[in-house]
Amino acid sequence: MRYLTPRKTAEGLGSAHEGTQHHWAMTVSAVALAVLTPLFMIVVARAIGLSQDQLLAYFGRPFPAVITALFVVVGMIHFIKGTRIMIDDYFRGGARKAAIIISIIFGWAVIAAAVYALARMGLGAIVVV
Amino acid sequence: MADVNRGNRPLSPHLQVYRLPLAAITSIMTRITGHALVAGIVLIVWWLVAAVTSPGAFACADWVVRSWLGFIILTGSMWALWYHLLAGLRHLFYDAGYGLEIEQAKKSSQALIAGSVVLAVLTLIVFFAF
Repeated sequence: MRYLTPRKTAEGLGSAHEGTQHHWAMTVSAVALAVLTPLFMIVVARAIGLSQDQLLAYFGRPFPAVITALFVVVGMIHFIKGTRIMIDDYFRGGARKAAIIISIIFGWAVIAAAVYALARMGLGAIVVV
Repeated sequence: MADVNRGNRPLSPHLQVYRLPLAAITSIMTRITGHALVAGIVLIVWWLVAAVTSPGAFACADWVVRSWLGFIILTGSMWALWYHLLAGLRHLFYDAGYGLEIEQAKKSSQALIAGSVVLAVLTLIVFFAF
């Protein structure tokens, strides 16, 4: 019987073989969002109060559209991975599985809704012109 | 063993009665603000989807966005965003091994609270001034 832990199984990715990627993904998205968040605040602040036609034209422009798309996509992926940490802390068994599934579906639903709206606004502007 | 008093022994501090240090409060607030931001992003995405749905749907969403409820949600989200952003930056320093001493964590917690409030007030001032 060997009493020493084989070094290769303890080195690098850890026993679950995936926690490192999760942590790294949170780090990368956090740095991206640190830049995107102030830009997104400016985009939203300038949009509040516009009429419907003005709003469609506003989000048809590249800067508001790209910043909003990036913020929602990166932000919701950050949200999905962030809630996963919370779920792993507070839930067990079937409730944990259900919470993880709901969190992922909700996150991608928000992304899909935002991308759909932005696509309609962007493409609409081209068709009208 | 028969006469052991089982009902009146000192208990270890429970989360609800234990006074959390400032660093613990600012840490759990990071998680709370991160999850609470769901309200703000759902309101904004609903508003955007309503804008490409119909004038009636947009009028409804836009009314909520401009109402006092929308103001509370968006202003709260704006502060939560600043707080979560600053707390996230602090976390990057924690990850790199800096600021983990108790005194440093206390100071960064105070800076976190003050910084998020100052940035939120500045954002409101800029928003209403321009």
